[in-house]
Formats: sequence, structure tokens, C-alpha cells
Amino acid sequence: MTRSRPVLLGVLGVLLLGAIWEAYKAFGPTDGVVVGGLTVLPRTSDLAMPHLITMFTRLGEPVTSAPGSPALWNAVLQAAGFSLGIAAAGWVIGVVVGLLLAMLMQRFRTAESALLPWVVLSQTVPLIALAPLVAGWGSQIRFGESRWQDWMSVAVIASYLAFFPVSVGALRGLESPEQAHVELMRTYAVGWWTTLMRLRLPASIPYLLTALRLAAANAVIGTVVAEVSIGLRGGVGRMMVEYASASSGDPGKPWAPIFGAVLIGLVAAGFVALLGLALKRYRRGEVVA
Amino acid sequence: MKHSTRIVIGIGAMAAASALVLSGCSSNTPSGSSSSKALTKVTLQLQWVAQAQFAGYYAAVDQGFYKDEGLDVTIKEAGSDTVPIKSVADGDADYAISWVPKVLGSIEQGINVTDVAQIFERSATTQISFTDKNITSAADLKGKKVGSWGYGNEWELFAGMQKAGIDTTKGISLVQQAFDMKGFLAGDIDAAQAMTYNEYAQVLESVNPKTGKLFTPADLNVINWNDEGTAMLQDAIWADADKLSSDKAYQDETVKFIKASIKGWAYARDNPQKAADIVTAAGSTLGTSHQLWMTNEVNKLLWPSTDGGVGMIDTKAWDNTVKIALDTKNDTGSTIITKNPPKTAYSNTYVTKALSELKADGVDTVGASWAPITVTLKEGGK
Repeated sequence: MTRSRPVLLGVLGVLLLGAIWEAYKAFGPTDGVVVGGLTVLPRTSDLAMPHLITMFTRLGEPVTSAPGSPALWNAVLQAAGFSLGIAAAGWVIGVVVGLLLAMLMQRFRTAESALLPWVVLSQTVPLIALAPLVAGWGSQIRFGESRWQDWMSVAVIASYLAFFPVSVGALRGLESPEQAHVELMRTYAVGWWTTLMRLRLPASIPYLLTALRLAAANAVIGTVVAEVSIGLRGGVGRMMVEYASASSGDPGKPWAPIFGAVLIGLVAAGFVALLGLALKRYRRGEVVA
Repeated sequence: MKHSTRIVIGIGAMAAASALVLSGCSSNTPSGSSSSKALTKVTLQLQWVAQAQFAGYYAAVDQGFYKDEGLDVTIKEAGSDTVPIKSVADGDADYAISWVPKVLGSIEQGINVTDVAQIFERSATTQISFTDKNITSAADLKGKKVGSWGYGNEWELFAGMQKAGIDTTKGISLVQQAFDMKGFLAGDIDAAQAMTYNEYAQVLESVNPKTGKLFTPADLNVINWNDEGTAMLQDAIWADADKLSSDKAYQDETVKFIKASIKGWAYARDNPQKAADIVTAAGSTLGTSHQLWMTNEVNKLLWPSTDGGVGMIDTKAWDNTVKIALDTKNDTGSTIITKNPPKTAYSNTYVTKALSELKADGVDTVGASWAPITVTLKEGGK
């Protein structure tokens, strides 16, 4: 009973969302809700809000009428897999960099004062400014025979968004043990490393898991946006741009890559939840974020 | 036992992450080309993703025209933030496709590039409106909701309105237009920017809610900037000006590249359906009828050539583009350039050579007898 309940609630939530969509479409004002000249809620036309059934039947049809064109759901799944791979790479880099920064800042107070403002500042650089720069720098890099690939630029941009919550969250986590516990460690005369492994890291898990979840979401968003920005082919970001041109004549099509992006987000969140399950032992007193 | 389960889950999760990372790595490994040793590697940077707007280059790759000239051409697509000309300046690409007005701005900011072949002779930018709005000329835009993409796509529109005596700061209400035509169809925009080869077709692929059938050209008024006299030069092949001035090999390569590109465009002219299929096979996901429409409309921008062959830069058209770039103020009050571009901004040297070589090979570079085909658009461009 306890196992099936969250699943049931989850399914119900999705169904409710669908019901709200269709209900608004059926009964909402045709011209949308406009407040002071700004459209707050969309129009209910088939262009602005296609029926759910339109979106789903479109998924079953081929991408184009060209011979050998795969079914749309198939193309979207492939694109989602591609983007997920890049997002995962970005997430791993981001987590490693974020953890290292957090440890450095925890170890040396000077490092914290010197680095933390920059870490915060780094997130104010808009992605559209950063993406071409990263792609530009990347193309100058050669490792022996192999060249920097465009997908690596996307992964770097994803990691740039992902490292931030990890570094800040992990720092808070590492500094979370009570003074008494830290002093106890000191009376045992153990060094910084042992204190880190025995006390600070286990204590940081509740903070870290929240940070990892945020990092996963950021990595997915970063991947999709960076794909659009630098024009990397193969992922859902690029697919969204390409399918947008069909939005007036084939309104179901542009929604397909959005479903793909949602799917990536779900897989990423599920993966972090799995990590949390494995680290359950350390999750006493976790604040659910 | 419980403890070990968690460890197993943890290891499983880690393995899943690393598998994903690896799959991300492996899916993009370039296939090694062994037979291309004698060929010169050339990279062409487009200004957007693969679509029939670039059919000639894709056809030249597919038909081996570049290989015949000893070039191994890689085509790089662009994203929303790519500045094609920067790729050339940074050495990431040997040539780039870009609109002349956009590059003029870059040249003034110090990027040294040369227009070596003006592939599109005519402009494809139009302002379209439904016939009941009665907007048939630039002057009629006064007081209307005028759509514009901005980001350097607005100059012909602003030049046209200013030429017609409209105060563009107060006389119109400017609407930021998205990549799709939903705003136009919903009535948020009276007159929307539309490329003949793309957005115009998007409207014709949509169902008219009043009739239940697709919109037809009879439902639309089109302001064509070629007719209004404020057309600016669009897709051109740009090369690195510094390298052109000193590097003999690059000069020869440029002639060869232009030659094979024009041959590709001639192929697209004579085989529009095949050219459209080549672009689709190169990874474009546009619908089949939309792709063919685009190929046909783009052909109209090149053929027939009125100035001695595709790629020739017409001095009058160039000067007109420069004049508009100097004089026209957009909604932010800025002009593209403040002084005349340097002499190196364009050169007919290489295209002239390429054209005479093509003529010697018996390739028709003028297309005087060419006539467009009729493309029937299907719903959604399918």
C-alpha cells in the first residue's frame, strides 16, 4: 500500500495537469487572459494550445513524409538520449568541480572569502554570452590527433550551471557539523582529512543531495539551451528550434521535443533519487527541498 | 543485508551515470576518412541549420563537385548565437555564408573579411499581411502592428518605412516576432516579416479557420523590398581578407570553392527535387513539401542571374546596401555602420575567374531560360 501510493499520486498529478489543460482550452476565454495589455494566460486556439490527443497522435506519425523517416516518438527518444548523455557528462564535471571547490573553501577560510563571491558572480553571466565563447575557445583546443567536439562545449556549459548549487550546498553541508563534534575530532588529534571523511562528508549528505538534484536540473537546462545556442545537432534543444517552424501548420510537432526534455528531467531526477536511496543512512534530519 | 542493497543501488547508479557519459562521448566520434589525403580540408560555416537555403553547398558536397576541385568540404551548421563571420576571423572556418548588412557591421568593428561571391542576387525578405488589412506598400504600414525579428533582420523593413516617410519611432507599433508565424495568425501582428522561402510558406501550410482549408496566396498581401527599392544583399560567401591578400594557396582555393559552389547551385536549379532530398538526407527535418518549396524559392533569388553569372557582386546593389546601412536607423536609433566599408569588403576577382572556368566547362551560370517549378504545399509542410 505504502509503495504504490506515491506512484498513484504521481500518475494522478499528471492526469490532473492534462485535465486542467483541456478544461482551460474548452472553457477559457478565446483571446486568453489579458491584464494591462500583457497576455497572462494563453489563447485557447488549436495553434496556441493543441489538444493533448493531437500531440500524442503526432508522436506516432513519421517526422516527415520523406521515405525512411522514423516515427516522431522514436526521433524524440533518440534526441533525448543524446541530450541526456551530454547532460550527464556536464553533471559529473559540475559535481566534481563543485565538490573540490567546496572542500577548498571549507579548508581555507581565505579561499572561501576569495572564491565564494566569484562562484556567485559566475552565475550572473548570461548563457547566450557564454556559449559562443566556450565554443570558440574549444575549437582552438587539440588533443593530439583528436579535436574538441561541439558536444563537449555543450557539456562544459551544462557543468557551468551544475557546479554552482553543488559548491554552495556542499560548503554549507561541510560546515554543518556542530562545534562539539568538530572539537571532539580535534581532541582525538585526527587530521583534516579524517575529519572530512568521518564527520564533515557524512554530515553534508542531506545538503548535498538537494544540491545534486538542483545540479541535475541545471545540467539538463544548460544542455538544452546550449544546444540551441551553438547549434549542436542531435539533441532535443536543436529539435525544438527546427520543429518551431511547423508550429502553425502542424501544431502537435513542436510539443514532441518538449516531452523529450521532460523525460530527460524525469530520468535525471530519478537518478538522483536513486543516489539518495543508496545514501539513506546519512539522511537523518534532511530538509526536503 | 539492507546495507548491501544500498551499496548495490549506489554502484548501479554510478554505473548508469558513467554509461551515459560514455554514450555521450562515443556517439560523436568522427569516422576516419582515409581516401581524402590529397584533398584540401575546407570548412564552410553556415548562418543557420541545414535547410534548402543552403541547397547548393549540400548538393556540391553530395555530387562531389568540391572533390573534383580537390576540396574536402565540411559544412558547419549555426546555432542561435553563432556569428558566422567570427568563425572565419577566428580560423574555425575557411568560408562563411552570411548576409551583407550583418557582416558590414562586423567589418566596421574590425573583422577583416571579403565578400568573394554574392550567391543570392535578390532579397527574400518581405512583409506579409492578410488582404483585409489593405497593406500593399511600405507607406501602408503606418499606424500598424509591424512584426520584426530584430537582431539585424530588420534593416530592409526600417529602410522601406523610412523611405515611405514613416517616423519609425512613433508611426508604428513594433512587435517582436518569434521564429514561428503564430503571432501573425493570431492577429497580434498586422504585417509580419517573412522570408519567401520559409515563413511565407509556413502561413500557406496552415489551416484557415474560416474556410477549413489551407491559406492561399490570394489571402495575403506581400510587400517585396526588391520592388520597394530597399532590398539589401543577402547570402554571400565570405573569406578571410588577410589571408586572401597574402596566401596564394588560399586564393586558388577560394576560386575552386566558389566554382564548385556555383556548380552545386546550378544542380539545385536543374534538379530541385533531388537537391531538396539531398538537404533532407543531410539532416534537415523540414517537411518534404516545405523543403521543395524552399529550394524553388531560393532558386528564384539566384536565377536568372542579371549581372553576368551567379556570384557576381553588382556594384549598384552593393552601394545601395551600404547606403542603407549608413543611413537607416532601427528602433534603437543606431545604424549598421558609420563610415564606408574598406575596399577589401568585396571583390569580384575570384568569382570572375570561377565563372570563366565554369563557362569553359559548359556549365550554365546565368540560367536565362530557367523557370521556377510549381510546388504544392501540404498542411504542416509535410
